[in-house]
Formats: sequence, structure tokens, C-alpha cells
Amino acid sequence: MKNVQKAIERHLNILEFTLASLLRRKAKNLSLLAMYLLVVFMLASLQFFVTALKREAAIILDDAPDMVVQRLMAGRQDLVPGSYASEIALIKGVTAVRPRLWGYYYDALNGANYTIMASDDPTAVAERASIGSGIARSRNLAVGDLLPLISYDKNPIMLEIGTIFPSGSDLIAADLIMITPEDFHKLFNFPSGQATDLAVTVHNPKELPTVAAKVASQLPDSRPILKSEIMRTYQSIFDWRGGMTLVILTTSLLSFIIFAWDKATGLSAEERKEIGILKSIGWETSDVLLLKLWEGTVISLTAFLLGVVLAYWHVFFLSAPLFAQALKGWSVIYPRFQLIPVVDAYQLTILFFLTVVPYTTATVIPCWRAATIDPDAAMRY
Amino acid sequence: MIELSRITKSFNSGKPNQFTAVDNVSLVINPAQITVFKGPSGSGKTSLLTMIGCMARPTSGRIFLRGVAAAVPFQQEGAESVEITSLPERFLNEIRRSTFGFIFQQFNLVKGISSLENVMLPAYPTGEGRALFRARALNLMEQFSISRLAGQQVELLSGGELQRVAIARALINNPAIIVADEPTAHLDSKLSQEFMEIAGRLKGEGKSVLIASHDPIVFDSPLVDSLIEMRDGAVDASRGRR
Repeated sequence: MKNVQKAIERHLNILEFTLASLLRRKAKNLSLLAMYLLVVFMLASLQFFVTALKREAAIILDDAPDMVVQRLMAGRQDLVPGSYASEIALIKGVTAVRPRLWGYYYDALNGANYTIMASDDPTAVAERASIGSGIARSRNLAVGDLLPLISYDKNPIMLEIGTIFPSGSDLIAADLIMITPEDFHKLFNFPSGQATDLAVTVHNPKELPTVAAKVASQLPDSRPILKSEIMRTYQSIFDWRGGMTLVILTTSLLSFIIFAWDKATGLSAEERKEIGILKSIGWETSDVLLLKLWEGTVISLTAFLLGVVLAYWHVFFLSAPLFAQALKGWSVIYPRFQLIPVVDAYQLTILFFLTVVPYTTATVIPCWRAATIDPDAAMRY
Repeated sequence: MIELSRITKSFNSGKPNQFTAVDNVSLVINPAQITVFKGPSGSGKTSLLTMIGCMARPTSGRIFLRGVAAAVPFQQEGAESVEITSLPERFLNEIRRSTFGFIFQQFNLVKGISSLENVMLPAYPTGEGRALFRARALNLMEQFSISRLAGQQVELLSGGELQRVAIARALINNPAIIVADEPTAHLDSKLSQEFMEIAGRLKGEGKSVLIASHDPIVFDSPLVDSLIEMRDGAVDASRGRR
């Protein structure tokens, strides 16, 4: 027990000396801390943002249909005849088949593309639309305002804004306009009895691959897409975007590594002499290494913790202004939304091991040589 | 008592540039005395002191510490002396920390930290509570009339103040033996006299003081009990003085 207390006291004493020692080289250590902090902040922000986006997409896709069936013509998506819906509905295990009408609309006024979708809601009123908050923002629209859309034959269709989607669903609905199927047909001259694709609901999720195989076999020109596949695509898109941003960040990351390596490994003559003095007055090699270990740990841990806290604030309170453009997607209308805080402990641990551990090691190793000098060297300075 | 038996220290052994700093020295140093090693530069004084102070090992020969062994924590019960040359590094460190206090020619204080922190420095890795050794450091600084300098960084101190901080640091772990290597080399006559007075005080407190010096103020001082003259690594003449 006494030995444990002694060991704790030894650590505390050496830690205290470490802090005093770090304060001596304020400029060097503060510049190092600032660089370190910046790198951890950028990496942690990126990590928080990508993880939160993936989760956001997963939550939204939760409401998506189990399976979407498209029709292909010459390798491109074509309209799906209504007969396909009735044929699929007969497959065992299928609970519902819903033909969906949707398309894209280019708004020359602000150079943005909107997603236009026909509503399933039987109470939907003609010439009244529900729009995403991104459109409302960019066109400065409020409920009750009129939104003119130009139809296929260049005639304007005036839509009254009935609802603006809450910004909670902004990631996917920011550029969405929901109108009645009649207005949809009118806007695009969309042939009746056809759909853009079919939303299929299957009672037992385990049967989805079987149902998909049956659809593909009965309707050879169809392409069934499972929700899990869409989910995977989203995940990889966000991963890819995160990766691209990381590549851009790599330059700064490399500069930091070179800078940190130089600062951490370069022992000045003064530091060498100091190690000699410590050895000569009774410090053991392990005491000196403990001092250097604490030095590296204090700097890297402070940078890591501060960087992670700042990144959390940047992503979840400020909605990541530094990365949003690169990560949310390429669009004129960017979604504006508050990400739900989500922290992946595994990824944070990886970040910890990629930043704190190498730096601390880089600090200790060069001291090893200096710390193993004979204590009598100090007698000869 | 410290006993040296046929101590030799060679550098670059077996190489063409082999150099023998200490050559077959045997002597006895009595406790609670001031012992001065006198000799020109390169005579082997510093090398001998580093071996006595457990900072380096001799190439051959043995060194015994008697009477001060109580400070050695691992010593076997009933043993009168400890032979330090064959001890592992960890034990040597422990002895160096608990038994010896060092005063260096250049004082070797750590820049950028306060005088008080410099005095406390040897006690940090001992595992003793900080409050205890801090109080002891302040008490030592009080004794040497430098308590007003406790918070000041050492680079702002004068030569005399530096010397007192270095002495206080050497005493922080309450060692039985003080080893001083050319302690007056950078001091004027007045400060050198003052150093000898402090050495006399330490002797009065029962500590053994070993000084390597070629300063007449030191070796001619009436406080010196034993003068060992060295030349070319060997003891030239040894005479006791009381």
C-alpha cells in the first residue's frame, strides 16, 4: 500500500514538473498544440459529420419502401406500365405495390433542380404543393404564396404553397415538391397508366431477396432495388465524400506530421543538458522517460480532447460550415438541418491511436538515448 | 567512512586512444570531515568523485560505504558496509539519491523554473509527498538566506545566489555525503570564503564533504580535515589535517 502511494506521488510530482517544464517553452509548445488541435479538430469534425450523415440517411430511409421496382429499356430507366404493379402484387409475400410518379424539374430562375413527386394522399388538393424548406429559402416562399412551374409545353402552372416540409427532413426533402398526380401529369405530359417506378412492401423482410428474384424472373426488363441496397449506396457515397475530403486534408495532415516529428524528436542541446542534470542529481532513466512521456501525453491529450470537443461543437451546434458544401452533396440548394449528435466510440478510439499514441512515442524515443547517458556526463558540462 | 580499494578508471579501453584517468587509488575518507582533492586539471579528481558518488563505475577496484549504509534501503540487516561498485544501476541510483548531494562547477541548475523548483528537483522522483519536501526546501532556502528568491527564475540570480541554490538542492534529500566539484571555480574570493563557511557548517551537522578543487581558498582553508593531492590519476601525497 505504501509502495502504491509512493508510486502515485512519484507520478504526481513528475507530472507537476512536466507542466512547469512545458510552460518554459511556451512559444514552441503552444504552436505545436495549436497545429495539433487543428488537425484533430478537422479529422474529428469529418468523422462526426460523416457518421451523423450516415445515421441521418439511415433514419430517413427507414420510411422508404422495402423494394423499388424499375423498368429498364436499353439499359436506361423507363416508365413502368400499370400491369407490372398488378403482376407483382400477385407474388406471395407481397403486401402492397404502389406506383410512384416522380421526376426532375429545372428552375431556370435560380439554376436549381427540384425533385417533383406525386402525392399518394387522397386528400391532396389540385394546384397546391408541399415544398422542401430549401426551395422555400431560395425562392423566398411562405405558406400561401404561389410557385409558378413551367409545364412541358411552356405554359405556367401556378401552385399554391400548402405546406413547407420541416427542416428535420431537409437532407432528403430540401429540394422536393409534392403535387397531386393530376398536376404531375399536366406538368410533364406524363402518360397515364404508367409510373416512374413501383414501391413494393413485403411482409417478411427475410423474403425480400426471394421476392426480388421472382420479380426479375417474371418481368425480365425490371430491376428490383432493395432498401438495404439503397442504404448501402448512401453509406458508400458519404464514405466516399468523407474520403475525398480526407484526401484534401492529407496535405495539412502531412505538414503536421513533419512539423510534429521535427518538434518531438529534435532534442535541443539545452534539453540534452537538462536530462544530464536530472540524471546527475539522482533521477533514473525511467524517471526521465516518465517526464518525457508525460510531456507528450499532456500535449497530445490536450489537443485531442480540445479538438474533439471543438469538432463536436462545430458539427452538431454549427452544422459543420467547414465541410457542409463538400459533404452534403452537389446542389444549388443545400439542405439546412441540425444533425443529431452521434459519436462512434470505435472511430474516436482509432483517432486517438492515430494521433496521441504516435506523438507520445515520437517524444519518448529520442529521449531514450539521451536518458541513458552516464550521470557523470553532467559533471563535465 | 568511504573506502577505496585499488580503484582504476580507464576510458576507451583496448583502443589506441586508451586513457587512464584514475590509476590504482586506495584511500580511506573519514565521515563528518571536509576532504579536499587537490590537483591540476586532468589529475583525476573529478573522475574519482564521480565513482565515489555512484555516477560512474571504476574499471577495476572496489568502493565501500561504511556507516552511511543506513540510507541504503536494500541493505541486509547487520551488514556494516555496502560495496557499491558491483551494485545494479537501479540500486546505485537509489544510493546516489539518498546518500549523496552534488554541487557542480557550473551549478547545473535548470533554467526557466524557479529557484524553489530547482531545489526540490532531486526529490521529485523519490515518491515523497510534495508538501513535505517543499517545506524542507523552503527551510533550506531560509537557512541560506535565499528564501526571498524562491519564486525567481534561476537565470536572474547572481553567482553567489546560484551557489546557494545549488547547495540547497544538494541537501534536499538530506544526504550524508556532499560531493562538490570545483565549486569555487566561478566565484570571487568572498563568495569562495562563504562557500567554505557553509561547508564547515555542514561538517558541523555531521555530513562528510568531498571537494575537488585547485583553489587555494579551498585547500588552504583551516576547515579542511584531509587533503589528498592528485597528479596523473594517482594520489601524489596524502596528509591528514585537523
